[in-house]
Amino acid sequence: MASFLGRRILQIIPVLLIISFIVFVLVFVAGDPVVLMLPEDASQEEVELLRESLGLDRPFLVQYGNYVWNLLQGDFGTSFRYDEPALQVVLERFPATLELALAAIVVAIAIAIPFGIWSATKRNSPIDLVATGGAVLGKAMPNFWLGIMLILIFSVTLGIFPVSGRGTFMHVVLPAITLGTGIAAEMTRLIRSNMIEVLGQDYVRTAKSKGLRTVNVVYKHAFRNSLIPVITIIALQTSTLIGGTLITETVFAWPGIGQLLIQAVHTRDMSIVQASVMMIAIIVILMNLLADVLYRLLDPRIRYD
Amino acid sequence: MEAEERVKELEPSDFSMPKRRTIRNWFRLLWRSKTGLVGFVIVSLVTLIAIFAPFLAPHDPLEIDAMNVHQPPFWLEGGSMTHALGTDHVGHDILSRIIYGARVSLIVGVFSVVLAGIIGVVVGLISGFYGGWVDSVLMRLVDSFLAVPNILFALVILGVFGPSVMTLIFVLGVTNWVQYARLVRGEVLSIKEQDYVRAARSIGVKNNKLMIQHLLPNVISSFIVISTLSVATTIILEASLSFLGLGIQPPTISWGTILSDGRDYIATSWWLATFPGIAITITVLGIIFLGDWLRDVLDPRIKQ
Repeated sequence: MASFLGRRILQIIPVLLIISFIVFVLVFVAGDPVVLMLPEDASQEEVELLRESLGLDRPFLVQYGNYVWNLLQGDFGTSFRYDEPALQVVLERFPATLELALAAIVVAIAIAIPFGIWSATKRNSPIDLVATGGAVLGKAMPNFWLGIMLILIFSVTLGIFPVSGRGTFMHVVLPAITLGTGIAAEMTRLIRSNMIEVLGQDYVRTAKSKGLRTVNVVYKHAFRNSLIPVITIIALQTSTLIGGTLITETVFAWPGIGQLLIQAVHTRDMSIVQASVMMIAIIVILMNLLADVLYRLLDPRIRYD
Repeated sequence: MEAEERVKELEPSDFSMPKRRTIRNWFRLLWRSKTGLVGFVIVSLVTLIAIFAPFLAPHDPLEIDAMNVHQPPFWLEGGSMTHALGTDHVGHDILSRIIYGARVSLIVGVFSVVLAGIIGVVVGLISGFYGGWVDSVLMRLVDSFLAVPNILFALVILGVFGPSVMTLIFVLGVTNWVQYARLVRGEVLSIKEQDYVRAARSIGVKNNKLMIQHLLPNVISSFIVISTLSVATTIILEASLSFLGLGIQPPTISWGTILSDGRDYIATSWWLATFPGIAITITVLGIIFLGDWLRDVLDPRIKQ
């Protein structure tokens, strides 16, 4: 296990370097941030002075080297819009995004587990049709559009939930449903196919032939074993989930990293853009690592090498 | 329905299909699958609507009708058949805009997938064929793209270069090639070790010829399936980016921009945001149905 972990962690380093390089090149191409940082009537001398103090007059590779060196020390640059360290601005928004993501996972699990099991045990029944049909529809519907429709029905027309913002429990309901249904589609499909596979195993047939009640067979024997891949799938969905929060947060004016990032792209606040991309990449990579580790811990048949 | 179940439901004659891929054979297969047929009909209709938009749209999509702003669809009070799906805040005809929007959505979807396919195949070929450190570097690049959600890279690139249709195609192509690279690399690695390939090489067959003769037939069906389903996700991605104001820019019309305009008037004119969303959902549904059917017919081995 230790050597497996070590190897996986070593693989992370080049990946993070490549991402930091791509983002750095993009920001480099984006042009001089100095113009945005100084007042419009700044003299040429002042511009030169600031460029020099920021190291922007140095060669590209030197700048990139400095950038990585600063990253290693936790310095992601300073946001000119907030006038604070970029990392701090991003981290301040983190709890909001985490809250939304967790609520969405709860919604997704609440939909996917019952529907996945029902449709696997009663194949081609009406419930199965609803579950598989719903899963396809969930994939076809743009997430943000579902969000707008939910606002239209439950906020504007019925007035049950607030239109946007964060604060109370009522605020989180619609964004969580919007984001959660998107992942639920994929999860339902996977739970269903895993259950079908497990239900065809010998030990399930043995359990049935012993005369165990169907409920026991399904939940104790089949479902528990089909959970292993599901747990790792939740972790592997992090990338999709974070991609979804970017849009969901904008639709519902949810003050998380997604909203911050999109505002930063619009205002060309590049330190914030760099910091959020790096943070998101780190989160996704760590969750993938966690998925790998969990998969091996939960299923002893899988070897570490 | 899972692939395995569907295979069980196929008739024995289905498996004789690859012998003669005539158009009539394809249609017989299509007729047998309900969802495949629905998908085919939807995709054909949307494509035809996009091609013949100028003849089908009742109005110029950019025409401003200041007398009839915020007009509801025809079945509501105040609506009329002149603007069947209503008008927006400056009097644009929504039906005409949706008809024209199909063009941009399909063009961006198809061309970016083509670009993604080209990049992915080249990377996969190089990676699988040369192996060694080249392979390691390229695979770390693949990992890097997997670690960042597609939409995030797309956002940053669009933010830097400024949005336009060409940039959008480029961005969606550049962020979407990973699955092709993995497919082609895996296939190259597996056939590289086959005896017949070794034999061919030992008698002096050139690499290029080997690739075309042995690799291409093996990946082409997966390639078609991945591409079809990618068009579906790309259309949604394009709409999302346009909705965020970083994709298609006015006066060019895409379903995402109509939706984006509509969100500001959600409290008063619900139809603005509703209809383009329905158009996207139906189109994407059609493409998914068609893609699933293609997968089952072309290659029962592939699972989603």
